[in-house]
Amino acid sequence: MTDLPAASTNGFKSGSRLEKVLRAGHFAVTGELGPPQNADPEIIRKKARLLLGACDAANITDNQTAIVRMSSIGAGILALQEGLEPVIQMTCRDRNRLAMQSDILGAYALGLRNLLCLTGDHQSFGNHPTAKNVHDLDSVQLIQMVAGLRDKHAFQCGDAIKGIEPRFFIGAAANPFGDPFEWRPIRLGKKVKAGADFVQTQLIYNVERFAQFMERVRKLGLHKQVYILAGVGPLKSPGMAKYMRDEVPGLDVPNHFVDRMTAAGEGIDKEDKKARNEAFRREGIKIAIELVQQMRQIEGVAGVHIMAIEWEEAVRPIVEGAGLFPRPEVTAARMAEPAAQG
Amino acid sequence: MIVAEQKPLDEIKGLLGEAQTVLVVGCGTCVTVCFAGGDKEAGILASSLRMASRIDGTPKDVTHITVQRQCEVEYIDPLADSIRQADVVLSIGCGIGVQALAERYPDKVVLPGLNTSFLGLPSEQGVWEERCAACGSCILGVTGGICPIARCAKQLLNGPCGGSQGGVCEIGHETPCAWQLIYDRLNAQGRLHLIEELQPAKDWSTSRDGGPRRITREDLRLAAEAAE
Repeated sequence: MTDLPAASTNGFKSGSRLEKVLRAGHFAVTGELGPPQNADPEIIRKKARLLLGACDAANITDNQTAIVRMSSIGAGILALQEGLEPVIQMTCRDRNRLAMQSDILGAYALGLRNLLCLTGDHQSFGNHPTAKNVHDLDSVQLIQMVAGLRDKHAFQCGDAIKGIEPRFFIGAAANPFGDPFEWRPIRLGKKVKAGADFVQTQLIYNVERFAQFMERVRKLGLHKQVYILAGVGPLKSPGMAKYMRDEVPGLDVPNHFVDRMTAAGEGIDKEDKKARNEAFRREGIKIAIELVQQMRQIEGVAGVHIMAIEWEEAVRPIVEGAGLFPRPEVTAARMAEPAAQG
Repeated sequence: MIVAEQKPLDEIKGLLGEAQTVLVVGCGTCVTVCFAGGDKEAGILASSLRMASRIDGTPKDVTHITVQRQCEVEYIDPLADSIRQADVVLSIGCGIGVQALAERYPDKVVLPGLNTSFLGLPSEQGVWEERCAACGSCILGVTGGICPIARCAKQLLNGPCGGSQGGVCEIGHETPCAWQLIYDRLNAQGRLHLIEELQPAKDWSTSRDGGPRRITREDLRLAAEAAE
């Protein structure tokens, strides 16, 4: 499907399941798993079981919205033990280049193979607004560093890695609806140039505008250099749809989705909250299925990234409804395979 | 200029504690221009502290004086007599002024009356905005004269992040997105190619991260000092 550069010695850059699915030309599905604000491993295991089989890999968020949660790497290991392949998210907000590299070495040694490089939400959104932020690197520079660790066998400072180098399948994020709109494909190009292998986009509800973004991406030839996974998220309620339309920076939710979610609750007794919630959720999943199908029609879209935070059970019906179930069988990454050394 | 604002009066009262004789020292430079620590503010603060101490039933003797530049020893040398007579010195210069007084008069308790906020400019009457983070390695030449280190909430060198919307930063409506400003200016100048290039990881060693900074200019040092 895509004309990506030749892989490294073992045939794959990282050997992750996600990489293999994409390289085989399958339309990929990634999910998302939000770690808890406590140290309970059962929560991760339970969520991992809900996602297992419904997606090729699942992102494990890194202190999302700047709220302290179980670490992405720690939760990722728990998910891996359940058989779910994680995509470790790493933000530039909380760690400098030393801490990031040491965590990357540790994550690889523990068998993790996908890494999504992010800037991170500002700490003022979260539960420690008086914290000092780091931003030693930005997301583009983080991608560059992870690619250097893998492809140049070198630390960010230039020192060679003596021994096994961490070989991650490198992810980047893109928000097609952030401003300036015209600049977004070019910024994506910078991430590709830095070494990104795959891209997951922000939640997309305005498909028309996303198609315009993809047209620009194709003109730049980026879809042939990087796998683009379009972000899809099921709406839970009309309230959530309105909130995302009005309050979340960088999101574009057209009014007709708010109207559809509102209409889903019509004719149901306002007191019967359970029935209303079920109706809203059914409509949310229906909309998500339609969105996945529309994304699939856009040239250059290599998969979907389904974000159903705190609603992990929604992923499977969406994948099934979109005709993407069962997920293809590929051999998953082996534990810490030694890479060929010179 | 250095922009500062006065600490709350209660905090200043707490800092002064039991001190009887207080000398408020204003500064005639940056903090005068930003209406935080000039002669006028020194007078008002001294008067407020006198009144407050009388209300509290423990009247203090609070006087004020303003020097042209608190950050240079030549300007604070002449304060020796006034400072000797005070129990404590309350500086309403910036943090540099406070430390200059404390270094010059090491036996004296020197307290800060201001919070030194940032290096910036007045964007309109009564509004000051940060412009420089003094990172020690200026990149304004590639960012259209707009500093992402000082003005982007995440100090991005390859911005903007996904939180830029309608020209506004994700942290709030009062904060313009520095990278939208950079994009707009370079676009208008036909120089967007400058930010299409990847900006590599920054060398922060010239910034505060490298430890306290010092500049030595041998060409300007006095012969006697250089001969040491």
